[in-house]
Amino acid sequence: MAEIVSLADAVAAAIHDGDAVAMEGFTHLIPFAAGHEVIRQGRLALTLIRMTPDVIYDQLIGAGCASRLIFSWGGNPGVGSLHRFRDAVENGWPAPLRLEEHSHAGMANRYAAGAAGVPFAVLRGYRGTGLEGLPGLDGQPSVRPITCPFTGETLTAVAALNPDVTVIHAQQADRAGNVQLWGITGVQKEAVLSARRAVVTVEEIVPGLRPQPGAIVLPGWTIDYIAHAPGGAHPSYALGYSQRDNDFYVAWDAISRERDRFRRWLETDVFAGKLASAGMSEDGSGS
Amino acid sequence: MRPPDTAVTEGGTFTSDEMMTACAARALRDGMTCFVGIGLPSAAANLARATHAPNLVLIYESGTIGAKPGWLPLSIGDGVLAETADAVVSVPEIFNYWLQSGRIDVGFLGAAQLDRFGNINTTVIGPQYADPKVRLPGAGGAPEIAASCREVIIVLRQTRRSFVERVDFITSVGYGDGPGHRERLGLTGAGPRKVITDLGVLEPDPVTCELTMTGVYPGVTIDRLRSRTGWDLAVSADLRALAAPTAAELAGLHALQAMTPRS
Repeated sequence: MAEIVSLADAVAAAIHDGDAVAMEGFTHLIPFAAGHEVIRQGRLALTLIRMTPDVIYDQLIGAGCASRLIFSWGGNPGVGSLHRFRDAVENGWPAPLRLEEHSHAGMANRYAAGAAGVPFAVLRGYRGTGLEGLPGLDGQPSVRPITCPFTGETLTAVAALNPDVTVIHAQQADRAGNVQLWGITGVQKEAVLSARRAVVTVEEIVPGLRPQPGAIVLPGWTIDYIAHAPGGAHPSYALGYSQRDNDFYVAWDAISRERDRFRRWLETDVFAGKLASAGMSEDGSGS
Repeated sequence: MRPPDTAVTEGGTFTSDEMMTACAARALRDGMTCFVGIGLPSAAANLARATHAPNLVLIYESGTIGAKPGWLPLSIGDGVLAETADAVVSVPEIFNYWLQSGRIDVGFLGAAQLDRFGNINTTVIGPQYADPKVRLPGAGGAPEIAASCREVIIVLRQTRRSFVERVDFITSVGYGDGPGHRERLGLTGAGPRKVITDLGVLEPDPVTCELTMTGVYPGVTIDRLRSRTGWDLAVSADLRALAAPTAAELAGLHALQAMTPRS
C-alpha cells in the first residue's frame, strides 16, 4: 500500500546505489523533481532506463549518477543534442556510460512484457537494422529473431524490462494513495507495473479522485511511495496544471554545452546551498 | 503518384526550408493518415492541413491521433497535440495497434546519413559503434515507421556528408541491398517513395530501387546535384522542374509560424 511521504524520504527509501531505475513520462509528466532529488542524494552507478533520456537524464548523467543507460532516443526534443549524454559516450565524462539501445517500439514492448510477467515480447521490428546485432548490458543480445509457432514467419523477440524501481509524475493521488494521470500517458502504466518498486510524485493530493477522460488509474497497492511535488514535472508539464516550458528546453542547449556552466547550473538550480547536507561530495569521493 | 504541383511561380523570396516544407506538404493527399516527426515534417503536415489537405490525419508518436494544432509544436508531446486530438493512446498502443498493424499511410523521417538505397543512419557517425566520432540521438520510432508505414518520405539536406556511399550504421531500412530485400526481411510497407532535399526530389528507380533525382528546384544545376552527393548520382532523363512555393503556401506557413509561441 502506498505511503505518502516527503520526496526526500521517497527517494531515500526506494532508490539505492546500483539500482536499475526507470523514470518515465513521454514528453509530458516527466518526474524532474524526483530526478533532482536523486542528484542531491548523490546516488551512484545507476542503470538508467527511459525511452527518451531527454533533459532529465542529461542532468543525471552529467551529475555522475549513472554508469549504464537503456534507451531508444537520446536527444533534446525539437532542439538538438543532449550534450551531457554525448560527453559521457564520446569522452567518458564524468564517467563512461555503457549503452543498451533499442527502438521506441522495442522499449514499449519490453516494458509491456515486464508488466505482463513474461520474459519477452514479440513484434515486427528491427529486421535488417544494426540494432539487431548489438549486445545488451550483460553482453548478450536483448533482441533475437523468433519463429512464429503458428505461421512459421520470422518475427523479433525483445527481452522484458523489470526495473528495480520506476518513478513517474502524475496529476493526482487521493489520500488512500490511488493515482490518476491523464493527457499523454506514454508508457507509465507499463513502467510502473513492470517494476519491483514504484514512486509517484503528484501535483495534488485530493480527497477523492474524479474520473478524467482517457485517464489511467493506478490503485494504491501498486505503488510504494507517493510524494506531493507540485510543479514536479517542470520544464515538462502536467496537463491541467502547467504548460511545457519550451524556453527552458531551448536554454538547456547552452546550459549543458560546457562542463563548467553545467556544474554551475547544478549548484545553483539543483543543490541551491544543499550540497553539504545532501552529502554528494562525501558519497562521490568514496566510489 | 505525382504531387499536385502548381504551375504558378511568384518569384518572391523564400528560404530553402520553405521550399522543402512546401514540397513535402504537396506529397500529402487529403484524407491520408500521416505519422509525423517534429521539425520540418510537422511543419509540412500542418501546412498541408491548412491548405490542400484539411482532412489529413496527423499522428504523433506520443500517442496523439488526429491532432489539430493551430501552430507548430516544439515537441511531439506538446499539450496542444493532446488537447486537439481525436484520441490519445499509450505509447505501446500507438506502435503496436496503429503503426505495426499497417494503419498508417505515410511516415516522415529525417536522417543524418542516407545511402543510395534509402537506408538511414541516426545512431552514430564513425566506423565503430562502441567508440563513435559523433553520438547521434538513436532510433526513436524510425525503424518501425520505415518498416510499417505504407510509404515513407525522407526529408534532409543534400550534402556529401549526409548523402554517403555507405551509412555508418543502419538505423532504419530503406531498400536494404536493393530489389527484393524488404520482402526477404518481411517489412510490410513499400519503403521510401520520395526523398525531399534542399535541391530537389529523389525517387527510387522502379527496377533497381536506387534513389534517382527526378525533380529539381528553380535554378539548381545537375553539376550542383552531383557535387553535393557522395555517390555517383543517377539523374532521371525527364528531370522535372519543381514549382517554387506558391503565395498561398508561403502565407499558410507564415501564419502557422506567427501563431507559434516563441521564446
